Amino acid sequence: MARHRGRGFAAINYPIGMNLGGDPSQALVHANPDGKFTVALSSIDLGQGMKSVTRQIAAETLGVPVEDVWVDTADSDTGPHCMGSFASRGTHRVGNAVIAAAREARAVLLEAAAEELEVDAGDLVTDGRGNIHVRGAPARAITTMAAAQAAQFRQGRTVSGRGIFLIPLSPVDPETGEMTPVSCFAHAAMMVEVEVDDETGEVGVTDMQSAYEVGRALNPRLVGQQLTGGAWMGMSHALWETTEPFYPDRAHRPVDFSAYLMPGPGDLSSHHISILERPAPDGPYGAKGPGEMCANPVLPAVANAIWDAVGVRVDDLPITPEKVLRGLRAQGGARPRRRG
Amino acid sequence: MALKPVALTLNGSERAAFTEDGENLLDFLRRRLGDLSPKFGCGQGACGACTVLLDGAPVLACLILAETAAGRRIETAAGLAGAALHPLQRAFVEGFAAQCGYCTPGMLMAAVALLRANPRPTREEVVAAIGGNLCRCTGYEPIIAAVLDAAGHMERRA
Ligand code: FES
Ligand code: FES
Repeated sequence: MARHRGRGFAAINYPIGMNLGGDPSQALVHANPDGKFTVALSSIDLGQGMKSVTRQIAAETLGVPVEDVWVDTADSDTGPHCMGSFASRGTHRVGNAVIAAAREARAVLLEAAAEELEVDAGDLVTDGRGNIHVRGAPARAITTMAAAQAAQFRQGRTVSGRGIFLIPLSPVDPETGEMTPVSCFAHAAMMVEVEVDDETGEVGVTDMQSAYEVGRALNPRLVGQQLTGGAWMGMSHALWETTEPFYPDRAHRPVDFSAYLMPGPGDLSSHHISILERPAPDGPYGAKGPGEMCANPVLPAVANAIWDAVGVRVDDLPITPEKVLRGLRAQGGARPRRRG
Repeated sequence: MALKPVALTLNGSERAAFTEDGENLLDFLRRRLGDLSPKFGCGQGACGACTVLLDGAPVLACLILAETAAGRRIETAAGLAGAALHPLQRAFVEGFAAQCGYCTPGMLMAAVALLRANPRPTREEVVAAIGGNLCRCTGYEPIIAAVLDAAGHMERRA
């Protein structure tokens, strides 16, 4: 009876957004009379940072301080349409829609400023600190607040913009199956180490080393946070989570989440993450989406590590102690793959 | 069903409201006293989202009858911040220790109890203190780091 150590590797290509496209998102941006901007979205922030990242994107495109942008995702009944927060599509799809809307709003803002300054809008630039000025002549300036107020109260313009981002639904050739499933791939590679107890069948992940290629990390802290939590969830999917922990009869299935096992704070693995940035040509400021991809490589890597440790190949998730023990029995005990 | 008055101290203020037979402390705090900081996760003691302090000790409010809290001292996450955030709250913010935030009030209260009893906890002691609190989003590591970070700050100030 022993604990066997094993190492497993997995690499993934991860498609951003819905397979085949056809998943639009819209954004509406408008200036308020105080010169601050509201971005209206129906894209839900469930903790992944949708609001933070769209706020950054809007501020960058508008050319105003991030503090001057408010993202409102309050109501999907009244907001502009979005397909939703899933498929790691938020940053990519919604971000592009926000850029389009913010560009349109910025153009009106600059026209309003141009009228006040009696210059050509094409000669104006923003300084990102709340001012608009003539290129090369910072003294000929107006604040974004003054420009927004002039638009509102003197010129009768709405400083606003509409944006939509749509990758049109790809046709599928009925003969060949040819299609364009996705326009943007993120990537990840991961090495995990496990310890497998050949007496109890228990598997513990002892270390993870990963590299995630995310396009551009628009908010590196948020990306890091997602990768840390998501990889933990991948470990949980690999070894713990199932809606059917009991059997043989489905009548024994659990009726609530108290029987839904997940690793707790005492079951963590160390995890070293490298974030690689290769800006995506069609991403907002190069961003892809780290969402689900954080979890994906962990599952095959853990399965491979178990095979490495004891020679048992489990192809059915989660890899519970029972499945490991059955595999060990079928082959007459542990057969570590690693030599020496 | 008979209504009974329950008076207690919530985050330093005297509060009173009626409770029904069998109402748990979590529902009492949320529905009768309007403190929405303790969360309902499971209602059966499995997740820790409802953690509050009862006379200074962390308890699962979903498992406590409201009546039994009469005359006692309750502390919730809503009472942590004064003019400034509590050091634990600040460490959670700075350490990105919350994503959806649903577990956060319970995590904070478990951590408050820990740091009061043990201002210099080891990593293992932090893990044990939050061992009954589930988090779906963070992978726990940032939470553990934030608690250790807050402990460091509080000690340097003390
Ligand atoms: S709600 Fe009380 S422990 Fe889950
Ligand atoms: S932050 Fe979402 S459950 Fe902990």
